[in-house]
Amino acid sequence: MTEMVYGSVPRASGEPILPRWWRTIDKWTLSCILLLCGVGLLLGLAASPPLASKNGLQPFHYVQRQAFFGGIALVVMFVVSMMSPHQLRRYGVLGFFAAFVALALLPVLGTDFGKGATRWYSLGFASVQPSEFLKPVFIVLAGWLMAAGQEINGPPGRSISFAIAVVVVGFLAMQPDFGQAALVLFSWGVMYFVAGAPFFLLIGIAGAVVFGGTIAYNNSEHFARRIDGFLSPDLDPRTQLGYATNAISEGGFFGVGVGEGQVKWSLPDAHTDFIIAVAAEEYGLVLVLAIIGLYALIVVRSLFRLMRERDPFIRLAGTGLACMIGVQALINMGVAVRLLPAKGMTLPFVSYGGSSVIASAIAVGMLLCFTRTRPQGRIGDALLRRGRG
Amino acid sequence: MIRTPLRPLARILQARQMGENPDAIERENLRLRHEEMRDQSRTRAESRLLVLGVMFFCAYATVGARMGLLASTEPQEPRAAASGAAIIAQRADITDRAGRILATNMATHALYAQPQIMIDKDRVARELAQIFPDLNEEKLLAQFSGKRKFLWIRKKISPEQQQLVHEIGDPGLLFGPREMRLYPNGKLAAHVLGGASFGREGVNSAEVIGTAGVEKAFDAYLRDPGNGGQPLRLSLDLTIQAAVERVLYGGMKLMNAKGATAVLMDIHTGELISMASLPDFDPNDRPAPLTRGDQSDSPLFNRAVQGVYELGSTFKIFAVAQALEERLVNPSTMIETKGPLTWGKYRIRDFHDYGKELSVTDIIVKSSNIGTARMAMQIGGPRQKVFLGRLGLLEPTSVEMVEAPTGRPILPKNWSEISTMTISYGHGLSSSPLHLAAAYASVLNGGTRVEPSLLAGGKPQTGERVISARTSAELRSMLRQVVSRGTASFGEVEGYAVGGKTGTADKPKPRGGYYNDKVIATFASAFPMNDPKYVLVVTLDEPVETSGAKPRRTAGWTAVPVAAEIIRRTAPLLGLRPEIEPRDPVGVTLASSN
Repeated sequence: MTEMVYGSVPRASGEPILPRWWRTIDKWTLSCILLLCGVGLLLGLAASPPLASKNGLQPFHYVQRQAFFGGIALVVMFVVSMMSPHQLRRYGVLGFFAAFVALALLPVLGTDFGKGATRWYSLGFASVQPSEFLKPVFIVLAGWLMAAGQEINGPPGRSISFAIAVVVVGFLAMQPDFGQAALVLFSWGVMYFVAGAPFFLLIGIAGAVVFGGTIAYNNSEHFARRIDGFLSPDLDPRTQLGYATNAISEGGFFGVGVGEGQVKWSLPDAHTDFIIAVAAEEYGLVLVLAIIGLYALIVVRSLFRLMRERDPFIRLAGTGLACMIGVQALINMGVAVRLLPAKGMTLPFVSYGGSSVIASAIAVGMLLCFTRTRPQGRIGDALLRRGRG
Repeated sequence: MIRTPLRPLARILQARQMGENPDAIERENLRLRHEEMRDQSRTRAESRLLVLGVMFFCAYATVGARMGLLASTEPQEPRAAASGAAIIAQRADITDRAGRILATNMATHALYAQPQIMIDKDRVARELAQIFPDLNEEKLLAQFSGKRKFLWIRKKISPEQQQLVHEIGDPGLLFGPREMRLYPNGKLAAHVLGGASFGREGVNSAEVIGTAGVEKAFDAYLRDPGNGGQPLRLSLDLTIQAAVERVLYGGMKLMNAKGATAVLMDIHTGELISMASLPDFDPNDRPAPLTRGDQSDSPLFNRAVQGVYELGSTFKIFAVAQALEERLVNPSTMIETKGPLTWGKYRIRDFHDYGKELSVTDIIVKSSNIGTARMAMQIGGPRQKVFLGRLGLLEPTSVEMVEAPTGRPILPKNWSEISTMTISYGHGLSSSPLHLAAAYASVLNGGTRVEPSLLAGGKPQTGERVISARTSAELRSMLRQVVSRGTASFGEVEGYAVGGKTGTADKPKPRGGYYNDKVIATFASAFPMNDPKYVLVVTLDEPVETSGAKPRRTAGWTAVPVAAEIIRRTAPLLGLRPEIEPRDPVGVTLASSN
């Protein structure tokens, strides 16, 4: 009665953390992610023995490692998803500065593992790729800045976030790691789009891209050759792409059978960039479509949940995270089926890689946190508006 | 400090008057504006998120559909083709007129390397350099250590080389099957066949495409799988071609010539039974074109088809043919041959002085420039040009070789009276030996135009009539006399009634004028002259016959003996029976009679 008269007193919910977490978490997304982890382990069983035998280790060495890191990753994901958006924002921004410093120090302290690009810190038992961790925290920072930029009398958040994005992209391009750079830029673009990019700007950018692409195609022989090479139907079957395409064809609808695949022996990146080809060969189209479906479900469902979100920061950051994960998966699979030009990119959660899995776990944990069901103040909204007339 | 305007000003002023706190009103106003803006941006974000969601869904659907498409296609690796458009490796054989192989295919292998799976790069580079001496060890090692993951080492290797590479035993060295074009007869008919090389290359097969000669001219036909492997049958005869090339080579060496060519052609069908050009090359290992100097000195140069020369007195027969045909003269008409014939600043002389006048027949037999020029003057330039055009001497030949259009005759820019006179004895107009053979066939076969062809199974051509059968018969008689009592007396081959016309033309200097000591010697002949079946044109480039006291360069001493030897060798192979004139049975006595 008192509450009805004086309005409710804001106070901390007495509900324990775990039950509330379970009540508000998006269980569909969570299930999809757990399933993807399972698929990752399953494919690791198939794809990594050749690498292990090449490095003189036990056949399932990498599967064990993957399981170990996967366990850590799941814990990280749960912990992150239990935080409040405010906490995430705070830690995210702090984390961004840490990751950025790590990225900036790469040329001094990093190692290139003989691959020609300095992207890693070697920690002895594992290697860490700072750019993997930088992506989710960058998105949080950019979401915060953009949301702040929408406030009346707020800071110029969009410009600042754009400047930061450019600096980060510059560092990534120096490594060089154009894949991550493109992902960062893409995530920022998506957030800017949702934050209300003016339409003429979007059209202008689209026009500039088409125009620039045409100019480059006509004037640069190198560029034209790469595009022609990608567009031409001829594919040397002894290239990575050729192996991947053949593997998908070999697999057919139901696969050649567990452990029977051949492509993993020919592809050096079978356990990371081309794991989808291993999946297609051994388990067939069925598993591949299931994987695609899982990713699509995560992304589309998250986006639809974010549509209801009222807080601009949560909406923007969540959108950025969902799109980043979705595009990364899309590019990885698009390359394997030759819809996109070759570009090394891991399949989140499925590909092998310690730091990549944990970074993905942080990103997905944040996404789960942002898509949690929370009061959107609809009743109050309606009452207030009615009251005001 | 930036002053932010007070909003809503009216209410704030009112509140100030009333003594209330205006900040509350301003805050309230700010909150309302915020909420309004948030609602706006939320609806906008909703629609944009929807767009994003749909886009992602479509993109995933595309990837899924593409996966499905790939999964439902057959795997491509086991097939010969790389992917997409299949590389057709089959190429039809080329045979001579009797079906003997001139060009065929052989299964071989290409050698390539995948350095990233190579175990011992230093050893591989070292041993490869031993197997293939033209490969450089350091260069190979640099290539193996570079970024490339795939590189061709050899386009085709022999089985022995393949075995040696096998014995290196490195997994980074791999073989791709190849169909290789093989010319089992080596240099034989090299210019006609041309050559072939690889076009588009995949790992498992490569396209073989013609690079010159009939291989290129019939490239589409040879590669057309619709022909079912039917070989391309040429009009050449392998044995005759071999004999011609052999004799011609000997003749070229004997006469110290730097080049030689021979064209043997069926007088009625236009089929080329043999066509040789020296120096030649091996189409299995086609040399690179010359990068400097005169391309016509390259062994790749086909003198018979591409080479255009002033062919000298061999052209006189055309002037005589036209004069006879137009009833300006008959074979016994006397023509003034007193020299020199002066026209403006030009003086036309004969090799010897032939006195005051000669009959038309003797002008051909003795080869008088002055007499021919006078006949050409009677005919006139425009009509001469039309007549030579009808013989095909003004256009490139239509023979089925890619090089044919490059053998375009060189005509005087201005067909003046002096041109008319010099062209009548073969100067001022350059054409190829093949042109000459076709034109001789046309005037000697009864008078109908013949075009040269390299395809077997030709029927007697019923081309345009260029001269009457009677004129043709008169010309045959004259040409026979050139051999029996004229400039080509070395051309007599017993039993085959050879007839023909010699031609010795000074070679033009590149900067104008003519050399004194360099000639093109030609003998254009037909046999047997009572009913000609074949035309043979032999041309020697810069021959010198040195058996006498003075070096002799005229065709009668150089080209004619070579041609006679070719006829002596090939006429029996052509199936011509020698006509033995009955001799008195000296020393034979009739033993019995009843």
